[in-house]
Amino acid sequence: MSTVPLTHILFVSTALFFIGMYGLFTRRNLITMLMSIELILNSVNINFVAFNKYLYPDKLNGVFFSLFIITVAAAEAAVAIAIIINLYRSHRSIDVEGTEEMRF
Amino acid sequence: MSATQFIFYLISAFVLGTAVLAVTTRKIFRSAIWLLFSLVGVAGLYFWMQVEFVAAVQIIVYVGGVVVLIIFSIFLTHHSGGELPRPPLKRTIFSMLAVLFGFAFSYNLIAEYGFPTTVAEKPFVVSVSDIGEQMLDTRQYGYVLPFEVVSMLLLAAMIGCIVIAMRSIPQGKAIQKPATPMPANGGNIHSVVETKESMEEKTT
Repeated sequence: MSTVPLTHILFVSTALFFIGMYGLFTRRNLITMLMSIELILNSVNINFVAFNKYLYPDKLNGVFFSLFIITVAAAEAAVAIAIIINLYRSHRSIDVEGTEEMRF
Repeated sequence: MSATQFIFYLISAFVLGTAVLAVTTRKIFRSAIWLLFSLVGVAGLYFWMQVEFVAAVQIIVYVGGVVVLIIFSIFLTHHSGGELPRPPLKRTIFSMLAVLFGFAFSYNLIAEYGFPTTVAEKPFVVSVSDIGEQMLDTRQYGYVLPFEVVSMLLLAAMIGCIVIAMRSIPQGKAIQKPATPMPANGGNIHSVVETKESMEEKTT
C-alpha cells in the first residue's frame, strides 16, 4: 500500500479540477455547467481525503470535511436544478445567454 | 511498479479520461453518462485510499442521487438526442490556454512545496463507529454543530426546491379555468370534426 507519493494524488485532483474549469469555460448550457461544478467539488474531496490519509493519519477531520462537502453539493445540485426547470418554463431555453433577467 | 501503484494509475486515467469526455462531448445525455463513470472512478479512488465509508457515501449520494437528478432534468428540459452547439474556436483556444497555465502553475506549486515523500508510519484506519462517535460528539473536536447546521441546510434546500419549482397559478387563469371544460355547441361540433379528421389522417 501507499507507495504512491502524495504529490501524485494531488496532481490527479488538480487535473480533475482544471478539467472542470475547462467545462465551465466552454459550455453555455446550465446543466453541463452544473456537471462541471460537480467535477470540481469531487477534486476538492479527493484532496481532503488524501491529506488526511498521508499527513494526519490519526485524525479524521478530512473525512468529515469531505462528507459535509458531499452533502452541501447534493443540496446545491437540487436547488440549481429547480431553478433551471423554472427558468426553462419561462424562457424555453437553458443557455446562460438567456438568463440575464434572473437578477430579481 | 507494484500492483497498488498500477491500480492507482489505472483508476486515475479512467477518472481523467471520462471527465474529459464529459466536458467535451456534444450530446448532453452522453455527457451525463460520462460524468457518472467519472464519479464511480472517484469512488474507486476512495476505495483505494481505504476510506470505504466516504466511497459508499460518494456512490449513494452522487451516483444514486445527483446524476439521476441531472438525467431527469435533461429529460424535462431537452429534446433528448439533440446536439449542443459547438463552442466558438476563440473561446475553446483561450479557455484551453487558461486551463493549461493554471494546471502548470498548480503543478509547479505542488512539486516545489516538498511534501513528505515517505509514507506516514501509522496505518490509516477509518472505522464507521469512529466516524459516528466523533460526528455526534459534543466535546472538543466533535462535529455535532456542523451536523445540525447541515441538517437545517438540507431542510431549507428541500423547501426551497419545492417553492421554486412549484408552478405558480396566474391570477387571471384561476377565474377562467372553470369556464373552459364546458364548450359551447359550435365548439363541441368543431372538436368532433377535428377528431374525425385526425382519425382519417391516421388511417390514411
